[in-house]
Amino acid sequence: MTLDQMKPSSEGRIKRISVKDKLGQRLMDMGVYAGLRLKVIRNAPLEDPMEIELDGYFVSLRHDEARFVEVE
Amino acid sequence: MDILSASGTMKPALWRWNKVQSEKILVALAGQPNCGKSTVFNALTGASQHVANYPGVTVDKMTGWYRHNGRKVEVVDLPGSYSLTSYSPEERVSRDFILHEKPSVTVNVMDASNLKRCLYLTFQLLEMDIPVILNLNMMDVVKQRKLDIDTDKLSNRLGIAVVPTAMKQGRGKKELMEAIDKVALSEHTVRAARIEYGEMEPVIRNIMKRLSSETSLESLYPIRWLAIKLMEGDREVQRLVQENHSDFKSLLAYVEKLREDFEALYDEAPEVHIANRRYQMADDITRDCLRLPASAKRPFSDKIDGLVCHRILGPIIMIGVIWLLYYLAIVQGYNLTNYTWPVLAKLRGLVESLTPDPGFIEIPLSRAFFLWVVDSVNALLNYIPIFFILFGLIAILEDSGYMPRMAFIMDRLFSRYGLHGQSTLPMVLGGIYVGGCAVPAIMSCKGIPDERSRLATILIIPMLNCLAKVPLYVLLINIYFAAHKAWAMFFISTISLLLVLPVSKILTLTILRDKETAPFVMEMPSYHMPTIRGVVGRALERVWLFVRKITTIVVSVAVIIFMLLQFPGISKDRMAYYHGEKDKAITAFQKRIKGTGYAEGLQGDNLMALVLYWDEYISTRMTVKDEEAAAGMNASFKERNPVFFSIVQPGDDKDAKKVNKAFKGLFKERKGMLREIRKERIDNSFLGRLGKWMEPVTRWAGFHWRVNVALLSALAAKESSVATLGALYEQEEEGEALEKRMAKGEEGFTPLHALALMLFMVLYPPCLATAIAVKIQAGSARWMLFSIIYPMVLGIAVAILVFSLGSALGLSGLQAMFAFYGLALALTIFMGLYKNKLDNID
Repeated sequence: MTLDQMKPSSEGRIKRISVKDKLGQRLMDMGVYAGLRLKVIRNAPLEDPMEIELDGYFVSLRHDEARFVEVE
Repeated sequence: MDILSASGTMKPALWRWNKVQSEKILVALAGQPNCGKSTVFNALTGASQHVANYPGVTVDKMTGWYRHNGRKVEVVDLPGSYSLTSYSPEERVSRDFILHEKPSVTVNVMDASNLKRCLYLTFQLLEMDIPVILNLNMMDVVKQRKLDIDTDKLSNRLGIAVVPTAMKQGRGKKELMEAIDKVALSEHTVRAARIEYGEMEPVIRNIMKRLSSETSLESLYPIRWLAIKLMEGDREVQRLVQENHSDFKSLLAYVEKLREDFEALYDEAPEVHIANRRYQMADDITRDCLRLPASAKRPFSDKIDGLVCHRILGPIIMIGVIWLLYYLAIVQGYNLTNYTWPVLAKLRGLVESLTPDPGFIEIPLSRAFFLWVVDSVNALLNYIPIFFILFGLIAILEDSGYMPRMAFIMDRLFSRYGLHGQSTLPMVLGGIYVGGCAVPAIMSCKGIPDERSRLATILIIPMLNCLAKVPLYVLLINIYFAAHKAWAMFFISTISLLLVLPVSKILTLTILRDKETAPFVMEMPSYHMPTIRGVVGRALERVWLFVRKITTIVVSVAVIIFMLLQFPGISKDRMAYYHGEKDKAITAFQKRIKGTGYAEGLQGDNLMALVLYWDEYISTRMTVKDEEAAAGMNASFKERNPVFFSIVQPGDDKDAKKVNKAFKGLFKERKGMLREIRKERIDNSFLGRLGKWMEPVTRWAGFHWRVNVALLSALAAKESSVATLGALYEQEEEGEALEKRMAKGEEGFTPLHALALMLFMVLYPPCLATAIAVKIQAGSARWMLFSIIYPMVLGIAVAILVFSLGSALGLSGLQAMFAFYGLALALTIFMGLYKNKLDNID
């Protein structure tokens, strides 16, 4: 499954980031890396972007970006 | 890059840190965003701060200094960044500064309550083999959340000094200064913790070997860092190799091969491996040094977000916040100007008293000039209370952490039009509803990471409702839409947004198409209570920026416009004609008062003295409100000149009454002559000629040459449009409002004319100060020119469309207004839908 398909308040473990370069690096720098547990907190009022919790802090990202994060 | 050019002549030595030779210490502050770095910077340096730009990029360089133990310590606040890659200009300037300026100490400020993620950056700093102090800031939050950090153990594991602080409460400042001194003055020999990259280590060593044997980079940069960066695929380091290696191709091909082999062997991209290793180490150290409370509560910030980002409540709260922003800044700020305006009026009075007195029909050039400049500056200074409140409130929004929430709520909408969630703040500042200022708005665009969105935001902001456009709107609405004021005001306040979104969309689909984009991925930081010092400080700083804009740009442009309006002036023949008229009027007056006791005393200069006396009496009278003050005023005027006073206030004296009546007539005639001279001068002036020259085109938009002149003068600062109209529609009677004068002066002017004019004003090119801000933020003069020309073309096109079509269809101003609004709304919705299709094709 990819992150963009997850519904608010569902949880999972990051399996892999399937994008390189700028977006891949940015995701890693913001703390999205394989093995970490994450939880979807909410979608924005207009559905996009979404907010996730990683290890005690909160990150928002667009669904277009979240589809490169594989979750199990 | 002077370090590189010097490398050829210097004996290569190993990369070494600068020792402090002088009395001065250079300190860099590095840290991730939202870690309280600017609080630390402010606490250390106080008011001694200075903003500049890093060369070649639009990133602010904040420098400050303090004295400690007799040494001057210079502190550079590097831009906040999560990492040190080459993908963003902030990260590039941070690492370039560290590597090239070689600060004696780099203080890594971190949010101690977010230890693990912050260590990710710490490791990257340590990898550069530089002296680092870890500043665990926000210890108050750590305590509040009942976290327990073992700072000694952390210091041991990292191999560097760790200083805990709670800078917002001012705690730990002295300790941090001591630690900076200590590290700066000692040899950099401490071996800090180093990340082992496991399977990648042999590869890193091989690259290091080749780098040191084939290039002289070893003397300039930390070699292990270079090798790791090459494995990460860092473009900037590749470029560095290219510049310093005759056979760079073979080395870079070698690295590329190593990267591919690594990925094939371990099924993991090298940069992913590197990031994972850093996080593993961070995790390991955090486990060792941090103890969590037994029961972890849901963070308070998240509870707030439950409301603030709520599907329904979120947008309502946001609208409430923006409304409050406007209410406090614009409405209440405007009330405050009632108290500040008299001060400015006094300033004008002072200037007036210092300049030469006017003659009967000749106004000395210096008098006209200085009053013009003072009026131009006052028009802008009048906004200071509004700006102070506005900037203070924005600082509160920024410091509290609400801004990212706004971006979160608005991104979906804005991104459809090629903008970004973070365009929200600039657009609020620019006047998304009514009353902003494009200069701070454009300045605040630098936070937008995505270049395409940033440029789009910069280019559309001048079309929002800047505060200076409002007086013209109010003027026109009061005259031509008096019966539907509320509708007209709503129209003008919201139409700019409906024009700006499609325009942004078109720009991003055309000329901005190939600009770089950046990921949205954004931290949602914890909420914080803003401090009074931080808020007031920032508000003052920004107001000061605004004042500087006035004194430099607006004054110089006011001078230019003055000249364009004043010259070439009236021909000698015409002036001689006016002198003849004047002599006639005076002779007639003398004849009329002949035989009264006053005739003798009102010859030559004395008559002129009475003109000035009368003038002053009237203008003083206008400022007096109650009976008592009026009596006091009369007494003082009487004391100054009892004879003149009896003419001004004749009472029952027959002679005096006669003279009073005759003089009133003369005074009115003089006024008429002055007005005619001024009108003739403007008709004749360069600006007037330009306005007339443009009339064949602007006619289709319903703009008459006088309006052209006002619009031309608005290029300087939009306030000028009303000021120039004021000058063009001379005061007929004392105290007559411009509304009346304009209505009188423009008899053919209909609401449809006014609508076209207002729409042109919405799209009007940026004022000069804004144009300069565009140049700074967009980084090139070409964008500045573009930002001036395209709204002008667009504006005249829209005005012509509305006026010509409206006239042809026989629409009234209000009908045309609704029609245009519907059109703009439809276009905006259509553009918003259009994007999705296009994205799918992409």
